[in-house]
Amino acid sequence: MFDNYRPLQGVPDELCDASGRMRPGWAGLINHLSRLGPDEITHDFARGDQYLTDAGVFFRSYGDTTLSGRDWPFSPVPIILPDGEWSSIAAGLIQRAELLEQVVADLYGPNTLVSGGHLPAALIAQNPEWLRPMVGVKPHSGHFLHFVAFEIGRGPDGRWWVLSDRTDAPSGAGFALENRVAAARVFPELFRKTNVHRLAGFFRAFREGLDHLRRDPAARIGILTPGPLTDTYYEQAYIARYLGLNLLAGEDMTVQDGRLQIRTVQGLVPVEVLWRRMDSGWTDPLELASQSQIGTPGLVSAIRQGQVTMVNALGAGVLETQALMAFLPKISKFLTGERLALPNVATWWCGQDAELAHVRANANRMMIGPALSNRMPFETSAAHAVAGQMRGADGQSLDNWLTANAAQLVGQELVTLSTTPVFDNGELVPRPMTIRVFLARTPSGWQVMPGGFGRIGAGQDATAIAMRSGGSVADVWVVSDKPVDPVSMLSSSDAPFQRAQSGPLPSRAADNFFWLGRYVERSEGILRLVRAYHSRLDEAATEPLLALIRDLLATMGTDAAQALPNGLQATLTSAVNSASQIRDRFSVDGWAALKDVEKSMNRIALTARPGTDAALVMSVLLRKIAGFSGLVHENMYRAAGWQFLTIGRSLERAAMMAELLAAATGSDAPEGALDLAIEIGDSIMIHRQRYAVTTTRSTVVDMLALDPQNPRSIRFHLMSIRHRVEDLAIARPHAQLSDFERQVLELDTRVAVHSVETLDTGALTALRGDILALSTALHDAHLH
Amino acid sequence: MIYDVALNIRYDYTGAAAGGRHLLRITPLDVPKRQRLIAALIDIHPQPSERRNWIDFFGNPTVEFAFRDAHDHVGVALKARIERLEGETQQGLFSNLGDMKSLIEQSRDLGPFSPLHFTAPSARVPALPEIADYAAQVRQGLPDRVSCEQVVAAIGDALHRDIRFDAKATTVDTPMAEAFEKRHGVCQDMSHIMIAALRSLGIPAGYVSGFLRTIPPAGKPRLEGADAMHAWICAWCGPDAGWMDFDPTNNCFAGLDHIEVARGRDYTDVSPVKGILRVAGRQTSRQAVDVIPVTG
Repeated sequence: MFDNYRPLQGVPDELCDASGRMRPGWAGLINHLSRLGPDEITHDFARGDQYLTDAGVFFRSYGDTTLSGRDWPFSPVPIILPDGEWSSIAAGLIQRAELLEQVVADLYGPNTLVSGGHLPAALIAQNPEWLRPMVGVKPHSGHFLHFVAFEIGRGPDGRWWVLSDRTDAPSGAGFALENRVAAARVFPELFRKTNVHRLAGFFRAFREGLDHLRRDPAARIGILTPGPLTDTYYEQAYIARYLGLNLLAGEDMTVQDGRLQIRTVQGLVPVEVLWRRMDSGWTDPLELASQSQIGTPGLVSAIRQGQVTMVNALGAGVLETQALMAFLPKISKFLTGERLALPNVATWWCGQDAELAHVRANANRMMIGPALSNRMPFETSAAHAVAGQMRGADGQSLDNWLTANAAQLVGQELVTLSTTPVFDNGELVPRPMTIRVFLARTPSGWQVMPGGFGRIGAGQDATAIAMRSGGSVADVWVVSDKPVDPVSMLSSSDAPFQRAQSGPLPSRAADNFFWLGRYVERSEGILRLVRAYHSRLDEAATEPLLALIRDLLATMGTDAAQALPNGLQATLTSAVNSASQIRDRFSVDGWAALKDVEKSMNRIALTARPGTDAALVMSVLLRKIAGFSGLVHENMYRAAGWQFLTIGRSLERAAMMAELLAAATGSDAPEGALDLAIEIGDSIMIHRQRYAVTTTRSTVVDMLALDPQNPRSIRFHLMSIRHRVEDLAIARPHAQLSDFERQVLELDTRVAVHSVETLDTGALTALRGDILALSTALHDAHLH
Repeated sequence: MIYDVALNIRYDYTGAAAGGRHLLRITPLDVPKRQRLIAALIDIHPQPSERRNWIDFFGNPTVEFAFRDAHDHVGVALKARIERLEGETQQGLFSNLGDMKSLIEQSRDLGPFSPLHFTAPSARVPALPEIADYAAQVRQGLPDRVSCEQVVAAIGDALHRDIRFDAKATTVDTPMAEAFEKRHGVCQDMSHIMIAALRSLGIPAGYVSGFLRTIPPAGKPRLEGADAMHAWICAWCGPDAGWMDFDPTNNCFAGLDHIEVARGRDYTDVSPVKGILRVAGRQTSRQAVDVIPVTG
């Protein structure tokens, strides 16, 4: 396999050195691949994709406003680097992180770099990432930077370069973890035999570092998320679960007396440390971007009062400015007396005459773009030039464009990247790559994740711009010739075991659990009604009975005549949307099961025909949705989230049953309505056992409304809600009955004292209204 | 000249607000040699559950307050006494427009009064080619060698001629581009347009909020609470002259009738009341200002 590998001319390659020999670390992988037949390779590689699909890994492309994602392109062949080389990369990046900490502290403090002439004042004063409300605010932790990332690549001379600095809210650490798991699935034995440095130790150190940043041990640590519509939401939910952190949106929190608090179903709970995945400017609409709908008003004030530590400090994004790279090498010598061990991309700010002349003369070897951007020129939507070619400047010539906008532009050397092998059409082919490396500040200093998030370009073009249009991602293996420590996330401490308390449930998450429960239950109810309708179509059932089902479905926005009604699809989509908001609190299997129902439904929608066919299809979907409910109720931890999910489910089921019975047990109900009710209530067997052959209004009302043992009855679900409410009250201090609790108690008691005679159509209709009113009362009590 | 200033602002909500957090920038500034703040008192009702004072980046006194409980109105009342001083005359020290680029580039200052904060587009004053063209035309009518003060006055004259003051035409949220296109607006619109014009010519310019003494027509009594807060601009005219205040609404340099409250890049930095509410219904607001000279 190696013999057929052909690196590109004049481009360094990770697998193959300049003389054509295999680089250290790769032999195990290449031997392993060479021993496999094409089918085995396909089979093994599929395990990686299967894992990512099962885990629900998706990333959303920019501008996509739906909640569904597309599959994640994963290249199973890892990028391999020996740990000797890695430690020099790590040392260089730690030096850079230390330097950036000094620079940002100066920019928000004494500003000696600007006043001393080491940095042009305009680059800071006009920089949208330099946040004036944060000037003079010293971080409570003593540091601005706690978690940073660097994009690195290997240049033509074999040395590593820093391509960009990610200091504001770097993403990708969770993806790196997922890639690792996927790669280990593809190469299980090889991974065990190869001495690959593990990632868990890095995350444990980072997690423990976060713990050290809070003063009040009862205060929480959270990840601040912009919400499910951001492209890396999945990753945020994943890493929140992995590290045991609360995933918090801006609206989950409020500021009181200078302290940041989480609104939870049990009242306010303080939070002192936020690992921020939201860009600085959006975090507080009161003092930062006032149009932000995703921030927390008063957050900046709480930071100013030293009550919150931000990872990283608000405004740290100023360090990502492309033009800063032009000055960092000299700033390093000025501040520390040292050269940068890892150079960054050679950069010239065109706001200076000599630099402008240089960029102009060498434009064909450069990329030129916005000076204040935090992205490389070709990654921006603004006008830029690559290798002398103008893009998006309205026909202006490069020369005129440079002259007119000099101070706003920066020129950067058009770097060439090294290539790494990817598997394509049965062979290994070279593709350009970069690695995003992550650093975390711990009490004992910066730690570097041994590995990273590898990005691989789509084509053969080895210039950095190849990364622009997609490509794939890969795991990065840092390998040793000696055995490595098998670390895990479990703490090594010898302290006696203590059962951890489950974290407080933010009100917004509780709301999503509640609605997830309702939507799933409603989907099931619709499925049963649609099945009943279509199975009767071919049996030539009486029109009045069909009309009854049609009316019931119409109240749920569903048209019975469709083989797969739109109303059903919309309800299930709502369930998936609710679930996607609480991915961090949801088991991977539960999510997979729910997505599976949605997928089946979308497939079936294309082919289902009215009548028996539709009825059969509904049975398939019912079994799948039962699979989801089963997973939830068998496996979900009985914390507050489960309580709200269950309340939602019981409320919906009780309300739907009340409506069904009101329609089916009235004196004017059509023939067959009672049997329909028993079928929808999934109680045919038990009814037959208990009442032999006769189906009467009394047997039906007793079984489906009043019987406390039947999991389809109204009473059963009111009791279920009552028990969940009691569990919640225990978890709440100063338990006083809320209006919601009072209404639940009252309603359950009222149904308990009903008889089959008194529970007539009018009483059932009223009951349905009272059950639905619980939803509002619950919201007022717990979910705002 | 000593003034007593009274400002009353009131918001009424049709549905109760569940909670809210607000910033106030209404306290008159204390500026050596130009304006002396003798006393200022801000009363807020209902009683806020939190209240803090600080000075913001541009040196403006800021009050932050928050309500925890439901409330259906917010009232803010300011009473202040200030002395407005003549300041220094700056004749002859204005820099030439042609020198501004290099003068600004030489600055290594990032303090609140650095001209560097006031050169780039800002939230309410984006770069607008139409205004840049307009300003360039005004510039063409001036001699090649021209001082910043002359440019400021010329832009002020042109706007006074071309933009119609209309108290009803725009609201606090009207974008600058719309006001310019329709050639009408209030002091806020006039100031934003003038800031954009000056910045396009290379003169750093900012926004000043404040109070204006109004002189009732001869023989008529002064109407209480008839005034509103006012706004004008400041322009940086070189290292020697520093900042000059100009009132585009009245086409004059600011003087003894102008009481300064807050400075910033545009309205966003100085808005008198900025708030984030959790409220379901609509809200209405009222504002009343009295500026009473205590001594001549």
